[in-house]
Amino acid sequence: MKILTAPRMDRCIGCHSCSLACARLLHHRLSWDTAGIRIQSSGGLTTGFTAVYCLACISPPCAEACPTGALQPRRDGGIVLRKKLCNRCGSCAPACPVDAIYIDQEGEPFLCLHCGLCIPFCPHDCLEMAEASNLRPRSSSKPLEPAS
Amino acid sequence: MNADHFTVLLYDLTTGKGERIHLEGRDRVAGGSGLAALLFNRYGQPGAAWDAPEQPLIFAIGPLTGYFPLMSKTICAFTSPYHDQYTESHGGGRSAMALRLTGLDALVVIGCSPGPCFLEVNSTHAHTRDCGFLWGQDVFEAGKVLRRISKGSGHRSILRIGPAGENGAAIAGINVDTYRHFGRMGGGAVMGAKNLKAIILQGDAVLPLPQGNRYAKLFAEVHNQVTATGMMKKYHDLGTPANLEALNDLQSLPWRNLQATADEAVEHISGQQFAEQALLRNSACSGCPVGCIHVGFVREKFMDSHRYLYRQVSYDYETIFSLGTMLGVTDMSGVLSLLDLFEKAGMDAMSAGVALAWATEATAKELISVEETLVPLTFGDCASYRQAAHSFGNGANEFYRLLGQGTLKAAAVYGGEDFACVLGQEMAGYATGEVFFAAQALGFRHSHLDSGGYSYDQLHADKDIDAAVAFLVRDEASRAFMTSMVACLFARSVYTETLMAECLHTLGYENLAATIPESGANIQKIRWQTRFAGGFQPASIPIPKRFFQVITWKGPIDPRYLQSLQAAYGQAICALAGR
Repeated sequence: MKILTAPRMDRCIGCHSCSLACARLLHHRLSWDTAGIRIQSSGGLTTGFTAVYCLACISPPCAEACPTGALQPRRDGGIVLRKKLCNRCGSCAPACPVDAIYIDQEGEPFLCLHCGLCIPFCPHDCLEMAEASNLRPRSSSKPLEPAS
Repeated sequence: MNADHFTVLLYDLTTGKGERIHLEGRDRVAGGSGLAALLFNRYGQPGAAWDAPEQPLIFAIGPLTGYFPLMSKTICAFTSPYHDQYTESHGGGRSAMALRLTGLDALVVIGCSPGPCFLEVNSTHAHTRDCGFLWGQDVFEAGKVLRRISKGSGHRSILRIGPAGENGAAIAGINVDTYRHFGRMGGGAVMGAKNLKAIILQGDAVLPLPQGNRYAKLFAEVHNQVTATGMMKKYHDLGTPANLEALNDLQSLPWRNLQATADEAVEHISGQQFAEQALLRNSACSGCPVGCIHVGFVREKFMDSHRYLYRQVSYDYETIFSLGTMLGVTDMSGVLSLLDLFEKAGMDAMSAGVALAWATEATAKELISVEETLVPLTFGDCASYRQAAHSFGNGANEFYRLLGQGTLKAAAVYGGEDFACVLGQEMAGYATGEVFFAAQALGFRHSHLDSGGYSYDQLHADKDIDAAVAFLVRDEASRAFMTSMVACLFARSVYTETLMAECLHTLGYENLAATIPESGANIQKIRWQTRFAGGFQPASIPIPKRFFQVITWKGPIDPRYLQSLQAAYGQAICALAGR
């Protein structure tokens, strides 16, 4: 199973094309925030940019924190979001260790679903989909039950 | 999207209160440049001085801002300290997207804060905070502190001024997100007069998009067009500094206060040289995949035992011209170090370099001396220019404070008007010929971007006054519409009228989409009427003698052609404004 990766962020020019594409194509909004990938300057523009997005935990703490099962672990990391089950409690966002979940004013969570829609819009090829199993050694922690 | 009215935040610094208001007029003025003029006519005081508290400082975006690639600029409008009349300055960075995501079409700041403050605006709040501790801080230091104080890394825009703006220099700019500027015509002084050190725009709104897939499909087409065509390469590769060698070859590159238009030394500071040896990386305005911002680096040894520091400085053609060729400085580190000093001071580097070039020639002609300049100025002497830049940027003495009001103001006191390279304001780097000189002298914001006069010069050796004036008027109207969208003018070859109409239509602006030429002409007219209301008289703009002595690829400047062009273009502008 593939996940989104950002292996070449040192090429990033901060144009926000990726996050705007996610907001536009997946969520049908114009926004810097309601996107699964968000670009921040790492201490001012002089020090380059950081992509904030789901790093596809094998045992996602956000899914553990979700009381309704709206966030379900994917087999090789990351989550599947079942919007209909979300009660908008916001418990998932603080559970994420890399601050990858944005909660909007209505309490709806926005996070990367590893769909890759953002990738064609990056002018410098910073992003790519990669086979999760090739990227990292097997986690010692026991995975949660994957979504069926 | 599809709002037939404008949403404007009117913030009064005197009371510390703001209100959101809705204004009609979308079909008449579109947004951006047109909206700024509409707002100035509503809130501006044409008879009052530029620094009167009631004078507005306006930031406006357009209907396409944020919705399509390269619709990434903001219009800043105000009464200029340079000429006490209405003007615009355009800037990018994150300012346009951030303003869009505050849910506003424009921000209008009036009044004067009782003490130094910064203004924070997001989609639900606006408030000022005291910041006496930032007054006197340079642009970069102030930026660092403001980033620490405010939230929203990457999703905000920080506009701030340096000492030049605090001191009321008429060539003080407003820095935008470190590497971009509302540089020209003194917007920095307007903020300084209002005790406004900075404005932070927090883009936290979530805005709806059109239903269906038509919009997303059109966006992808435009994105592919701007990234797949030569435009990406032109502006991303060498960027505008590619013009240095091209204009030098055409005998159109001003050297040493426009005493020459070509020099073999250009090879040391060409776009290629900068790209190969000084370019650190590129950066982009939010919503623009082109990434035309070129950030160079300077390494400085500040102590023995190999103690170094480094600076990152964004460079463009215009600043290499003003602080390089115009001063006879032909080493890249020298140019970037001068640029860094003016950036810190928050002084427009284009105007400052041209002013220093005049001061250098005035020194050679013994009109001024070190008594005024504090260090001896000689073309090519970068070490002295560095000291002068610090004194100039910070207004160290009466001479530099006067020079900061504009070169002609200093020349009126010390002499040397004949060789002041001023065309309405300090010249842009195009000694291309008569059409450009007339176009900048009389252009709405005295910018090389008001119209393509420099391009016309390069394509036409004939001297057809009617054709040249017709081109300037037509081209200005077309650009006035683009700067009302608000497009980056680098995208003008992509955003044809047909494409802009399609974009507008997709977002629901059917009326505007159907009337682009008429709207452009209307906006052009409103802008000129607003300028005239402040006392503008085309015939009063001098073209100094130096411009009549220039030799370009077409040969010596034809004085009669230039004078006739100036007169005819002035009449055309009067006619546009109904004068």
